Amino acid sequence: MKTETKAVDIDRDKGDFAYPEVHVRDAGRGLSEKTIHYISDVKEDPDWVREFRLRGLKTFLEKPLPTHWASKDLEAIDFDKIRYYLSPGTGAKRSWEEVPDDIKRTFERLGIPEQERKFLAGVEAQFDSEAVYSNIKKAVGEQGVIFVGSTEGLKNHPEIFRKWFGKVIPIGDNKFSALNSAVFSGGSFIYVPPGVKVKHPLQAYFRINAESFGQFERTLIIADEGSEVTYMEGCTAPKFETVALHSAVVELVALKGAKLQYITVQNWSSNVFNLVTKRGLAHEDAEIKWIDCNIGSRLTMKYPGVVLKGRKSRGEVLSIALANNGQHQDTGAKMIHAADETTSNIISKSISIGTGRATYRGLVHVPKHLKHCKNNTECDALLINATSRTDTYPAITVRGTGNSVQHEASVSQVSAEQIFYMQQRGLTEAQAMSLSVNGFVNDLVRQFPMEYSVELKRLIELEMEGSVG
Amino acid sequence: MSAIAHDETVNSKGILSGLLELRDLPDWFREQQHAAWEKFESIPRPTRKDQPWRFSNVDLLDLAPFKLSGTVSDQARAAILEQSNGLDEVAARLVFAGDQLLERDVVSEQLSKRGVIFQPLERAMVEHADLFRKYFMSTEVSLGSAKFAALHQALVSTGTFLFVPRGVEIDQPIEIFHWLAGENATVFPHLLLVTDELAKVTVIEHFRSLDRNQRGFACGVNDLLAGPGAKVTYVCAQNWGDNVVALQMNTTAVDHDASAMSLNLNLGSRYSRFESLSRLVGEGARSDLLAVAVATNEQEFDARTLQDHISPHTASDLLYKNALDDRARCTFGGLIRVEPHAHFTDAYQKVRNLLLSDDSEANSMPGLEILADNVRCTHGATSGQINEEEMFYLRSRGIPVPVAQRLIVTGFLNEVVQRLDQAAIADYLNQLIDRKFAHSR
Repeated sequence: MKTETKAVDIDRDKGDFAYPEVHVRDAGRGLSEKTIHYISDVKEDPDWVREFRLRGLKTFLEKPLPTHWASKDLEAIDFDKIRYYLSPGTGAKRSWEEVPDDIKRTFERLGIPEQERKFLAGVEAQFDSEAVYSNIKKAVGEQGVIFVGSTEGLKNHPEIFRKWFGKVIPIGDNKFSALNSAVFSGGSFIYVPPGVKVKHPLQAYFRINAESFGQFERTLIIADEGSEVTYMEGCTAPKFETVALHSAVVELVALKGAKLQYITVQNWSSNVFNLVTKRGLAHEDAEIKWIDCNIGSRLTMKYPGVVLKGRKSRGEVLSIALANNGQHQDTGAKMIHAADETTSNIISKSISIGTGRATYRGLVHVPKHLKHCKNNTECDALLINATSRTDTYPAITVRGTGNSVQHEASVSQVSAEQIFYMQQRGLTEAQAMSLSVNGFVNDLVRQFPMEYSVELKRLIELEMEGSVG
Repeated sequence: MSAIAHDETVNSKGILSGLLELRDLPDWFREQQHAAWEKFESIPRPTRKDQPWRFSNVDLLDLAPFKLSGTVSDQARAAILEQSNGLDEVAARLVFAGDQLLERDVVSEQLSKRGVIFQPLERAMVEHADLFRKYFMSTEVSLGSAKFAALHQALVSTGTFLFVPRGVEIDQPIEIFHWLAGENATVFPHLLLVTDELAKVTVIEHFRSLDRNQRGFACGVNDLLAGPGAKVTYVCAQNWGDNVVALQMNTTAVDHDASAMSLNLNLGSRYSRFESLSRLVGEGARSDLLAVAVATNEQEFDARTLQDHISPHTASDLLYKNALDDRARCTFGGLIRVEPHAHFTDAYQKVRNLLLSDDSEANSMPGLEILADNVRCTHGATSGQINEEEMFYLRSRGIPVPVAQRLIVTGFLNEVVQRLDQAAIADYLNQLIDRKFAHSR
């Protein structure tokens, strides 16, 4: 295929709006101990949380940017110009009626409530840094499921959350996990009691609204023995003039026999730096599955991982990345095998359009004296235009016998014959292209929950508009 | 060589002035050596945090104990020449020990009449200065060992220059031996191979130690140039002694419609790092990169490769296989890079590790960087152990476990060796592999 291409102009209307900001609490720009104390005061943090934040700040300031392996684009982030904490000044709401009208309007444009509320067990929507709306269907609450914001979780349920908070992803894991540890606000803390199977996915929406405002949500999900839960996270953000930073930390803990699934559809606007640390800890017989879909942002660096700590635990990462003009999707997966008979599976598909760049970075670690561990990794990349770029950088360590690890990757482009075939049958080239790309990701998308796969297909069609012709 | 050079370790500045007084090399080359020394000193020692050295045991790269090799004794010389046995039939041969050329079998009169030049490096500097200056270390060593390439350039004093003119095909392989002799000795092997249009040649290098227990340091650089339509095959049989630290940096440039094939067999040394950069500079170029390693005891083999597709319609195929036993470690860091506009690239990369013990470790980093869209690039990496069913099949036919294991492993490695499509060399390499198994089991 040889097609010269114009820049893709994406229809971002849907997320491209902002209502006047009314922020009651504002920590100002820049980051210092003062900022930390301000946040802790506003949130009425327990002392140990304040300590935790201060240690996070220290580590963040000490660690250099990881530009020896990561994109130099990180240097474009001006940490002194970012506002680290904003709050609408309203506490978490229990009923829809109590949510302020302008925020309601924002959500309505995004299409969160009404149609989806019926579908989903609970909605924890995050507007800027505070949860403004949180509602778990009665049934889930009755099962003993705790679904709260991070502040509330640490304050009201320390006996449950403190044990695992910051344990799966320690403060010093990387520069951005340290930053999050210092200034986190918002996010979801979830506890599912033993044996409880949450039928409907729990869902939260995150948005960045104030200009130059980083969002640092912190999520911790604990699935107790034999329980099952699916969590969905979707992101859209309005466009802004200056650079925005999003740096979340998500920790998952699946205790014996539990099943935990975490689904992300990331569609930040194309000026957002999305630097996220996500990791799960799987105990015996437990299963953790990350479904990760990255469409938006300027630079995303995100490598969801699973530490397979218990015998026969399973980890899986399914990842789709779409890099359009000016975007760099630096995504991947980490699988740390730490017990016998653990299995992991990574499937990654990426599409590069225009000058977009998609990178897969992977880590598979099988230390010695483990038996019958298996890993399978597949990475497929599709290049649409002559200026598109894709990279694959896996690192695989295997010690000892009795384990099997395989990695495969391929890079290809849309088959000219396929396009010709479809055009012959009356489709335009763009339609054919879009269909072909959807076919490329179809076997992965099919594994997504229904409403997400529909949304995803539409997003891909949108991104493909104007990429040929 | 005199005692002056002998007392200085290879990483102290005094060594250079000592050398310059003693060696009969052209002024311009000495100047380059001085500049290279400055560069060696200015580049910091690699750490494991440097991406190109990830997983590598950089602590072993302490050069302090090593000294320049002196003149070998008559006794050692006789032993080396006696043991310099490789292939049965060769077109020509050079034998080096340290910085010293011990023996030289020139090419046939017929070949030299047709313009084939096969001579020590220091003679080529003078007699073929133009060719030498154009191609000698003309490509930056970019896979991590720039510091050691600079050291090599500063201290190299001999090596091989081979020029094969237009249309000349040399049927028999050309053989080069490099020996390490003496405690803490060093060697800086260099091969500058230039082929003109439609030329054809095979070169095999043997790296060996006279005493397998002596410590030593080897730091080699090869420049291999395949002219338009030329066919170049390079084979390296690395079998240094058990306490040798070795670095080898090879750069291959493949011109249009040319093909280059390389095979690195890694058997010896305590630590051996092999960097192979293959640049596909002309349309229709093809490069095959092959490697086999048998790692036992504490051995560490570190292979770094780059298949650099610069022009459209180029192909490359990499197959690296490692068999690991005891506490051995193998690291593979490879990259296929398709430059912008290098459309119609067909690139393949495969690394397979066979782990035979619980303490062996294989690290694989197969990478892709694709900046053009009309390409077909795939890579794969596997790590596993001997298939139980294969083992059962052999045992049920009365073959004892150790023999069955050996058969399976040699079968696994043989696939790579056969790719050479040169029976005599394949037989020779298989013999070396067998001998290693015989010693280690």
